[in-house]
Order: sequence, then structure tokens, then C-alpha cells
Amino acid sequence: MGSRIAALGHYQPARIVTNHDLAGMVETNDEWIRDRVGIVSRRISEGEGVADMATYAAEKALAASGLNAADIDLVIVATCSAEDRCPNMATRVARRLGVPTPAAYDLNTACSGFSYALANADHAISAGAARNAIVIGAEKLSDVIDWQDRTVSIIFADGAGAAVVTHSDEAAIGPVVWGSAPEKGEMIRIEGWQPSVKQEGQAVFRWATTAVAQHARLACEKAGVAPEELAAFVPHQANTRIVDAIAKRLGLSENAVVAKDLVESGNTSAASVPLALSKLVERHEVPSGAPVLLFGFGGGLTYAGQVVRCP
Amino acid sequence: MKDRSEIVTGLAEILEEVAGVNPDDVAEEKSFTEDLDVDSLSMVEVVVAAEEKFDVKIPDDEVQNLKTVGDAVSYIQKNAA
Repeated sequence: MGSRIAALGHYQPARIVTNHDLAGMVETNDEWIRDRVGIVSRRISEGEGVADMATYAAEKALAASGLNAADIDLVIVATCSAEDRCPNMATRVARRLGVPTPAAYDLNTACSGFSYALANADHAISAGAARNAIVIGAEKLSDVIDWQDRTVSIIFADGAGAAVVTHSDEAAIGPVVWGSAPEKGEMIRIEGWQPSVKQEGQAVFRWATTAVAQHARLACEKAGVAPEELAAFVPHQANTRIVDAIAKRLGLSENAVVAKDLVESGNTSAASVPLALSKLVERHEVPSGAPVLLFGFGGGLTYAGQVVRCP
Repeated sequence: MKDRSEIVTGLAEILEEVAGVNPDDVAEEKSFTEDLDVDSLSMVEVVVAAEEKFDVKIPDDEVQNLKTVGDAVSYIQKNAA
């Protein structure tokens, strides 16, 4: 007995902020941002909060799954930008979806959050502690950005992605590889009561392009899938140069789809993996049942990932 | 110990692979950022590749001190296993 992703959904705010828009606010330019980060435009909230965006994404996933709200008994929201400390985002989402009595909690491992939450749901279902789960990555990072700081304002954005996870005879969510590098934990920070994101870009880049590739390879091994057999690779959407470097080290086949949703969505931390995956599936870029490697990494420095079968 | 010109040649190969730098342009007095147009992220990739090629550890804090190709050559010569 295992679990599978039954359906996906995503939500992004309507407001598009381009590199040219940012060039009018801070000393930067389109060419520099495209070259260093790979982002062309990003979506920024027009007032929607984390729970709002999480709910909209979850509604779509739930509708596509064919299940009813009453069938759901576990709701997990991965986020590092929850608008309040209590109640958690998960119970707010559950209330708005009409899920009556779910186990409901938030999980904060920043950019790796979705894969952590997906593993939690898989484990809970496999252990019989839940039957049907909604797993969401949702972030409103525009709240924790110093818009005058050009090292972060060009990178981060808002959005949400959700998956309905259900029991399955075949284990379609592979074993998780998860962990952290606590000694490097301060390299990405959102500290204090009026927080703003800070990061040491070069050191994070180095960790992401070296250590993360090894962990991602291990996730393939644990699932019994060779990297060259993957139909798609959906890493945390941090930076196209990081994505390319990891993909190269993994040794994917030429036909494998490598998600680069950040080009039009920015870096949405815990939301980036489910957002990119949901869009790939919506556009039929990956066949149903094909192996897809999800891999989140970032703040903490935490990481988690697993091979899943595409819904 | 590798001689300096051997290390320069090795670095030139890495610079070509990582950042598309013409190997003929690589010389000890050249600055990575100013002369060879290697940006901060490519510099990280160069350092990682140099660690593997020359069996040397180059910590994050050290990277900022490597301004020129010659700086890197000296560091590698001094610290290579």
C-alpha cells in the first residue's frame, strides 16, 4: 500500500511585474536579471494572502481529483510566509474548502517545503493515519521582501500549488531523500518581526549546484529509477543557472522536460515545485504515469525530494 | 607540485567549459571579473571545477580573494594535496 498524486492545481496572482518594472524601482536591468537569475517576470499579490492563494490552488486540485471535501482527512500547507502564527494556514484552507475534521498543520522548511509535505502525506497514508490528503505549497514572499534591496527584490514572488494525494495499491510516490545542512543554515534568512529575506548568493549557489545534485541522484536510486529514465525534473525554481547545473550533473536524457517556470513566475519558495508541476501537467508536457523527480532545496539549508509518477 | 603554467592551462580549460572564455585570453595577470568577464556565479562554478581538477579545497571565504588567474594559481599551488 502506498499513495499517489491524484490531481494538481495552482494559483498565481494576476499582477505581472516585469524586470523593466523593477528597473524603475532599484538599480538593476532586464539583461542582468535574465543572465544571473533567469527570471523575466513574476507574479505579485494584489492583496491575496497565503491562505487565499493556498485555498484557490487546493480548490482546483480537489475539483480535478473527483473527490469531495468530506473525503479529505489531512491538510498540510508548506510555507515560510504564513500571515499569522495562529491559527495555521492549513485549518483556514480546510474551513474554506469545507473539509470537516482533517488533521491540519503547516510545515516550514522554506523552499523544500512541498517535498517534505508530500513525504508526510505519503507516510501518513501508507501508515493508515490518513486516506486522502491535500498538500499545498503557498507563499506570499512580497510581504518579506525589502523592495529597495536589489539582491532579493528581483528574485522572489507569490503563488501556490496543490496536490491531492490518495491511497494507491502501487507506491507512486517514491521514497523521500530529505535532510539539511544546519552549519550553513544562516545563508538564507527571514528574521525577526519585520522580516526581510537575506541570502548569501554565492555560497548558496555553490551548495545548490554541488550537494543538492547528489541528494537528487539518491532520490532516483531509492525509487529504482535511473536519472536518464526520468520524463521530467521539477526542482525548486531558484535560478535557471542552478536548475541547469543540477540537471547537467544528474545526467538526464535529452528528451526529459526540465521545469523552468521561474522565468515567468519568479522564485516562490515552497510553492515553486507544485506550481511548476501543475503547469507541466496542465499543458500535457509529461505523460500520465511517467517518472518525475521533484526536488526542493533552500532556506535552512533544507532539502527534500522524491520521484513521483505523473498523475 | 604542478608548475604554474600547467595550472594556468588547467584553469583555462575550466574557464572555457564553464564561462566560454577563449583559452588564449587566459594569463596570470588577467582578472576573472574585469578581463575575462566571469560573473560571480560562474566564478563559483570555476572554483568547484578547480577543486575537482586540482584536488584542493577552496572555502567560500577564500573565493573573494581570488581576483586574478595568478591568485588562483598561487592558492592551488600552495594548497593542493
